Amino acid sequence: MRSWIAFWNILMKDMRNYYLKPPNISWGIIFPVAWTLMFLLKSPTAVDVRELLPGVMSLSVLFGTTSMLSVTLTFERRSRSFERLLLAPLDLNLLMLAKTSGAIVFGLINAFVPVLFAAFLTDLSGIDWLPALGAIFLIAVTSTLLGLFIAVSVKEIFEAQTFSNFFRFPMIFLCGLFIPVESLPIFLQPISYMFPLTYGADILKSSISQNGHLGVPINFLILLAFAVGLFAVSVRNVKHKWIY
Amino acid sequence: MDSVEVNQLTKRYGDLAAADHISFSVRDGEIFGFLGPNGAGKTTTINLLTGLARPTSGSARIAGFDCATEIKKAQPVMGIVPDESNLYEEMDGLENLSFCAALYGIGKEEREKKAGELLRQFGLAEAGKKPFGAYSKGMKRKLTIAAAIIHDPKILFLDEPTTGIDVASARQIRELIRTLNRKGTTIFLTTHYIEEAERLCNRVAFIVGGTIVRIGQLDELMREVQQENVVQLAFANGGAELEPALRESFPHVVVEASGTDAIRLRSALPLNLTPLMRFFEQKGVTVYEARIMRPSLEEVFVKITGIALEKMKQEKEGKGKQ
Ligand SMILES: Nc1ncnc2c1ncn2[C@@H]1O[C@H](COP(=O)(O)OP(=O)(O)O)[C@@H](O)[C@H]1O
Ligand SMILES: [Mg+2]
Repeated sequence: MRSWIAFWNILMKDMRNYYLKPPNISWGIIFPVAWTLMFLLKSPTAVDVRELLPGVMSLSVLFGTTSMLSVTLTFERRSRSFERLLLAPLDLNLLMLAKTSGAIVFGLINAFVPVLFAAFLTDLSGIDWLPALGAIFLIAVTSTLLGLFIAVSVKEIFEAQTFSNFFRFPMIFLCGLFIPVESLPIFLQPISYMFPLTYGADILKSSISQNGHLGVPINFLILLAFAVGLFAVSVRNVKHKWIY
Repeated sequence: MDSVEVNQLTKRYGDLAAADHISFSVRDGEIFGFLGPNGAGKTTTINLLTGLARPTSGSARIAGFDCATEIKKAQPVMGIVPDESNLYEEMDGLENLSFCAALYGIGKEEREKKAGELLRQFGLAEAGKKPFGAYSKGMKRKLTIAAAIIHDPKILFLDEPTTGIDVASARQIRELIRTLNRKGTTIFLTTHYIEEAERLCNRVAFIVGGTIVRIGQLDELMREVQQENVVQLAFANGGAELEPALRESFPHVVVEASGTDAIRLRSALPLNLTPLMRFFEQKGVTVYEARIMRPSLEEVFVKITGIALEKMKQEKEGKGKQ
């Protein structure tokens, strides 16, 4: 009970101090809009907005969460306010859960900006929302944890930014959203399957445009395993690197 | 009972032993001072005790809990004031205090009430509405102390609480520390200001290069260094000219004039004041003050650690400029 007061207040403080600040809100809106426009403009034939939706949603989440958490954590470590959290009588797992939850919620909000736009442009009926929501949630969780992993590995804020792009750009092209994994050069295919985003994208494709191919349950299991694994590794890293 | 028990605690960073087999205990209700120059290992020790660092070897217990394995059980009873204020710049005083209380599981109503009380007590009621980033150094330090005691800790750690802030705030902070201690809070403070340790602490440990070179009750340490008894007499008008006559009458006492109306007397044996007073009465000189001169903690420190005073002073000034 007492721990949850701490958990809730850390989450709320992060939302207020970082995620719901005007620059970040506008980032969350501009970014998905830019992606949508880019795809609409570049294709010679009329594209189905619905076909684009899985990709734009995933990218919005990916970009919203990875750098957000790594930047805010690196910032708090530099200003040493993070030490306060380590000094509180709060289990490290719960503390890291609170820190990641803020970024996850922010990622989820980002994901629904493109859905709102799409709702005006096209008919969204027939989408299997339950797996889609589950996939978005798990994409948010795994990309946030990737952000945590980055934060534990860097010292400076600009490093956090650079390092997140190092992960994100290959992911965009290799996750199967824009180029199907099967049509990638054979030596790149194993790399695709190392990214959690590949599995999340597959669920989204199944539930929005019915062209996934791994099967929803398998994808969920793999995503869950990624989430648990990344969280455990990150907390372990926090323990070893930040409690020096 | 001992609030803190430290046994052979060691922390190595590569080849450097930042804390090297240190052992000490802090008794319930006392103000314990950790005194040493920059880089001595003071902050490292606090980090090891509070859960920000892990010892290489040795152990420490706070309120009976092991600092390495049961730190989360010990943390509710400790308050920590770090050497640099680390509250949230973008949040105001009230929000900062309330957030810190929430970290200790205190409910909304209670923490807002306590935050308001502390802001008033610390003279920050007005500043409570300003963002922390806009505070002066002294105000920042005060709010950081308020944040550290909002959950009523039994033991308060302060890392150089008055370093780098203005004289008035420093005085206020020392007074706050005394008040907290009178109300029953055990205090562990580090400082490189010898005068601060002298003014505040019941017991001190001298730490140099990661090693505790001496621990003791302040007055005991001072007595130990004192090899002779020194008394300074002050006269209403003149009196210093009696120096040669005094020497003649009291051959075992070393007499030194100190200005025109004071005289300093030194002796290896306890000084008997009665014949001295009779001597001055016969000469018709009024003695209105007899002061027993004690060595300063500074002298004790130099004697025990062998560190030149100049070095301490330089570091102090260097740090003050930053
Ligand atoms: N994280 C760290 N990594 C490497 N060396 C460190 C670290 N923290 C402290 N030190 C070194 O340990 C020594 C003691 O430092 P510290 O405890 O901060 O001293 P003090 O607080 O007494 O000024 C210094 O030489 C310092 O450079
Ligand atoms: Mg220090």
